[in-house]
Amino acid sequence: MMKIREIKEILGATIWVGEEYLDQCLHAACGCDLMSDVLAFAKEKVLLLTGLINPQVIRTAEMLDIRAIVFVRGKAPTEDMIELARQKHITLLSTNEPLYIACGKLYEKGLGGGGEE
Amino acid sequence: MKLHFEVDGNDFLLAGDASGKVKNVLKKLGIESSIIRKIAIAMYEAEMNMVIHANGGRVDVDILPEQIQVVLQDTGPGIPDIDLAMKEGYSTASHEIRELGFGAGMGLPNMKKYSDNLHITSEVGKGTKVEIIILLK
Repeated sequence: MMKIREIKEILGATIWVGEEYLDQCLHAACGCDLMSDVLAFAKEKVLLLTGLINPQVIRTAEMLDIRAIVFVRGKAPTEDMIELARQKHITLLSTNEPLYIACGKLYEKGLGGGGEE
Repeated sequence: MKLHFEVDGNDFLLAGDASGKVKNVLKKLGIESSIIRKIAIAMYEAEMNMVIHANGGRVDVDILPEQIQVVLQDTGPGIPDIDLAMKEGYSTASHEIRELGFGAGMGLPNMKKYSDNLHITSEVGKGTKVEIIILLK
């Protein structure tokens, strides 16, 4: 289990929206660029790490009760995405790390996998 | 309780809005979260399909004591072979749609996975009707 605040620190991430939720705890994480796979396999209330930038990433998170998303490889969400995340109470972060490294750093610090086995 | 939505096929930002609204209504009604999750995922995949393939359509949701029924109807190109479309990995989505994280041939299998009962009827050139049933008891 890890607070969004710790995730932000470990990944050296910047925050776009959802600063008020930094003390929320997440149980696991899921790294994926394919939203249909996230919908098929992600557990509830996980952190999503992705390199994909479009509004449907936020919608996918909404359907699954995903509370926070980290965009990897230094990608930034669009204004539309930030506004949608604000409405849905989802925290958005960006890190310069690539997906594999970002997932590895969080796993190393104890955040487990968030996909169905 | 009955809900009705018109899904705009030209607004990718709004795609999924109806599913989100249904999710909120079910939450307010105090429906169990694991059931809400099943409905939200199945309906969202169907709603995305409507926007991606059929230029939108209409959605009717009927919330009954024993089940929730979601019916999505479009006047799009139809599905020539439903059995083939149900196979994981089969997709007719364009490269642009794949770049958006969809079109991996998981939409219909996901709908089936999360529905208690899924019924699809389609006529080429006329449209598709998707009926999703989730049992509450």
